Amino acid sequence: MARAWVFGDDLDTDQIVPGRYAPFMVGQDKFHTYAFCDARPNFSKEVTAGDLLVGGENFGCGSSREYAVAALAKHGVGGIVAKSFARIFFRNCINLGIPVLESADALTVVHDGDDVTLDLAAGLLRAPAGEALLRPLAPFAQEILAAGGVVAYLREHGDFPPVP
Amino acid sequence: MPKTLAEKILSRVAGRDAKGGDLVIAPVSRVMVHDSVIDAVIAGLRDLGRERVWDTTKVAVFVDHAAPAPTPVVADSHRVLREWVRTQGIATFYDAGEGVCHQIMVEEGYCEPGTVIVGSDSHSNSYGAVGAFGAGMGATDIAVALALGRTWLRVPESIKVTITGRPRKGVTMKDAIMRVVREIGTDGARYACVEFHGAGSLPQGDRITLAGMTTEMGAKAGIVVGTPEAPEWLFPDRGAAYTNEVTIDLSTLEPQIAVPPRVDQVVDVSEAVGQPVDVVFLGSCTNGRLVDMRQAATVLRGRRISPEVRLEVVPSSRRQFEDAMADGTLLALSAAGGVIGSSGCGPCLGRTGGVLAGQEICLSTANRNYRGRMGSPDASIFIGSPYVAAVAALTGVIDDPRPYLEASDDEFDDLVARRRSERAGRGAASVRSGDRARELMVAAARIGVAAEIDD
Repeated sequence: MARAWVFGDDLDTDQIVPGRYAPFMVGQDKFHTYAFCDARPNFSKEVTAGDLLVGGENFGCGSSREYAVAALAKHGVGGIVAKSFARIFFRNCINLGIPVLESADALTVVHDGDDVTLDLAAGLLRAPAGEALLRPLAPFAQEILAAGGVVAYLREHGDFPPVP
Repeated sequence: MPKTLAEKILSRVAGRDAKGGDLVIAPVSRVMVHDSVIDAVIAGLRDLGRERVWDTTKVAVFVDHAAPAPTPVVADSHRVLREWVRTQGIATFYDAGEGVCHQIMVEEGYCEPGTVIVGSDSHSNSYGAVGAFGAGMGATDIAVALALGRTWLRVPESIKVTITGRPRKGVTMKDAIMRVVREIGTDGARYACVEFHGAGSLPQGDRITLAGMTTEMGAKAGIVVGTPEAPEWLFPDRGAAYTNEVTIDLSTLEPQIAVPPRVDQVVDVSEAVGQPVDVVFLGSCTNGRLVDMRQAATVLRGRRISPEVRLEVVPSSRRQFEDAMADGTLLALSAAGGVIGSSGCGPCLGRTGGVLAGQEICLSTANRNYRGRMGSPDASIFIGSPYVAAVAALTGVIDDPRPYLEASDDEFDDLVARRRSERAGRGAASVRSGDRARELMVAAARIGVAAEIDD
């Protein structure tokens, strides 16, 4: 079981890690401690490996900063479920091995702090109040995630997954 | 099958007939890397088991986002970047003070029209100003592109934006693109390519303003149709399919203001008149060019900004900086009380060059106004054009620049005096250094004595 951290629409990457706390400003070992420091000041202290983020439309919009995703990966975030994702953020998550799933009704079923389970095999997000259907990822993205990210995939296979 | 510009470019580079929604593997004509991401890029290449980039002639590296280095930690990462550039043998390297990556990429001709370019910063959509498919990506994607010379892309659907009419003086392409963001919203162009019609013969700088801000709509790319740089095959087919169409009539367009904390919360300037500001930022890849500085100088030449406002002017490249020096524009802005910064991103990302304090209000000519964007999370940022910025610096409040541009000298002075009197005191009034020396010289001249002025 994992804790759900719920956000609204248009959660931008400046909220995930502000520019003034970029790794090259504060150091590679510190930047993740500033995750959500303005939006959710208790996040960095309370998040545990496996926790999920749940959001609305356009999750991860704004700057392409990959360190926003790297910070989440360092905290062991187990996945992100949202109504829709900003495109660079989506790619960054796939590349760094964080499952990103679209769901039209996750926000109606999940409340902040809920114990939830991401059941990728069944394509469901299970919460105390019910289940939310997850839109399946394209096979291309699934293969990269299965390898643990794009670097791991390329090391193993030497090239991208086949395109249909 | 009729193709949009994006479908045409991606079909051509991928070597297959591709349409919106298809996944393609696209060779890239160039990879842009900037200072913020260098540690992650180097680590990515190392983890991929690659010592060298695939083609040093197709890599461009820039130190711009926190430059010149504001702290020893940042300076260290710049040093690491320089060592990497040297050992790789990358010749296309622009160090701190040369300017913003996107400005240099376009103005120095590194963007080949009709090709795919990936950049480590989200405003790589700017390359569409000259007909290139520019897409911003994260550090790992960039490392992969550096290793392989190609990337994977989902061919985007396209949105057609048509620009028509002639603008009234004081209305700019910044206002036009903000109106588009207002229409479409921050995710209205998510994954899409925004195709601009009716903008091909605009000056290159205006096209950069248009293409670059498609990033704020969630777009994968923003490309201007019919630019002088484009080869003859680079045009969308008649009958190509668009998911949305927007027309901007410049003749009825008012100057636009983005109200914090959202860049798509855009209103006509008439609805923001009287909003006090503390800091005005004139610069960025969106509006840091000679033409933008000239627009501000049109308003400010021969006058002084409000003593309680700080005007930060940051040219977007050395070329723009030097051109603005040569034609007197920078002198006009400095004499008005502006502070000129080194060419680059300046305070746009809240890292250096005059970042914002809590409670401070900024009018910025950049492209983002998220909470905390330019420094303190308790600051607020309004986005506007260089004309709006100049008037805000002059009066201390947001105002419609058009009457100022059409006013006689007396009418102008009245406008300024009225707005200044309406603005409640904020901050502290600054003397501009040199003012006192001039006072002393004038006084000395009156009594016929040459004054001793301390250097």
